[in-house]
Amino acid sequence: MVDKTVLARQFIEAIPHARALGLTLTHIGEGEAEITMPYNADLIGDPRTGVIHGGAVSASLDTCCGAAVMSHPAAPGGTATIDLRIDYMRAATPGQTITTRATCYHITRNVAFVRATAMDDDQDRPVATASGAFTVEGK
Amino acid sequence: MARPRPEPMQVVKQRRDAALKALVEGVPYIRFLNISFDRRGDELTSVLNFDEKLIGNPFLPAIHGGVTAAFLEVTAVITLSWEHLFPRIESGEIDAEDIISDHNIRFPKTIDFTVDYLRSGLPRDAYARAFISRAGRRYASVRVEAWQDNHAKLFAQATGHFLMPQEPSAKG
Repeated sequence: MVDKTVLARQFIEAIPHARALGLTLTHIGEGEAEITMPYNADLIGDPRTGVIHGGAVSASLDTCCGAAVMSHPAAPGGTATIDLRIDYMRAATPGQTITTRATCYHITRNVAFVRATAMDDDQDRPVATASGAFTVEGK
Repeated sequence: MARPRPEPMQVVKQRRDAALKALVEGVPYIRFLNISFDRRGDELTSVLNFDEKLIGNPFLPAIHGGVTAAFLEVTAVITLSWEHLFPRIESGEIDAEDIISDHNIRFPKTIDFTVDYLRSGLPRDAYARAFISRAGRRYASVRVEAWQDNHAKLFAQATGHFLMPQEPSAKG
């Protein structure tokens, strides 16, 4: 099991787009994952406010959901997104790191179901939430 | 009564292209993903110009699912903004330079966005087009389709809801 966690971490950190976004995997295991994305001026969606684009938050949520699936004890290997719905509650505060946490709450032989939230420094009010279905792929 | 003489084509083109360019190039994240827009009349097609940093699965390789989601969302927001601002661009009320600097011009805000992944995104350029299903005064509903080599074989589609920017009230 330890091997799989190490493998998942290496896998996430080897993703070119995860590197481009500056994503760091801060926790993984037992169907749960946590990823941080530092504030970066390249990811601004509205230059008038400095708020990070929703798309970058989506990319972080999608990566985190995939990591949660791969870390689930019943998942044999890789995964791909089937569908992902994102709800945007509010603009992320400019200058703050965005932390996403995902839980793979149910898994079958073929499909994994995942929920995730994205937070900034204010831990009481989510920036965005996501729910999605992912494929379960063999080794 | 004779109709007014149409504007010279170059004037029309220059005005529309300058406004679109300002809208797209003013957003750092759109530059980060290197998304550009083709315009034919008022119809927009977005282009995700392929780069290695867009890869999500280096073994296949395939475009990152989050990049696909972001590409579709950018296409929806820009198309919605374009349709929303177009009459004021055409009337000359909005100048290209104002689009990013004017604090009264805001982008629609995404309420929710759902992406269906139909095929893996190949490591090459991708295209997308957004269709506004309904544009109300407060809310808009948008559908987006994305494809690569073959327009008939979509690799992703999405639907989303957006909160439209509210015009500043007369009181200021």
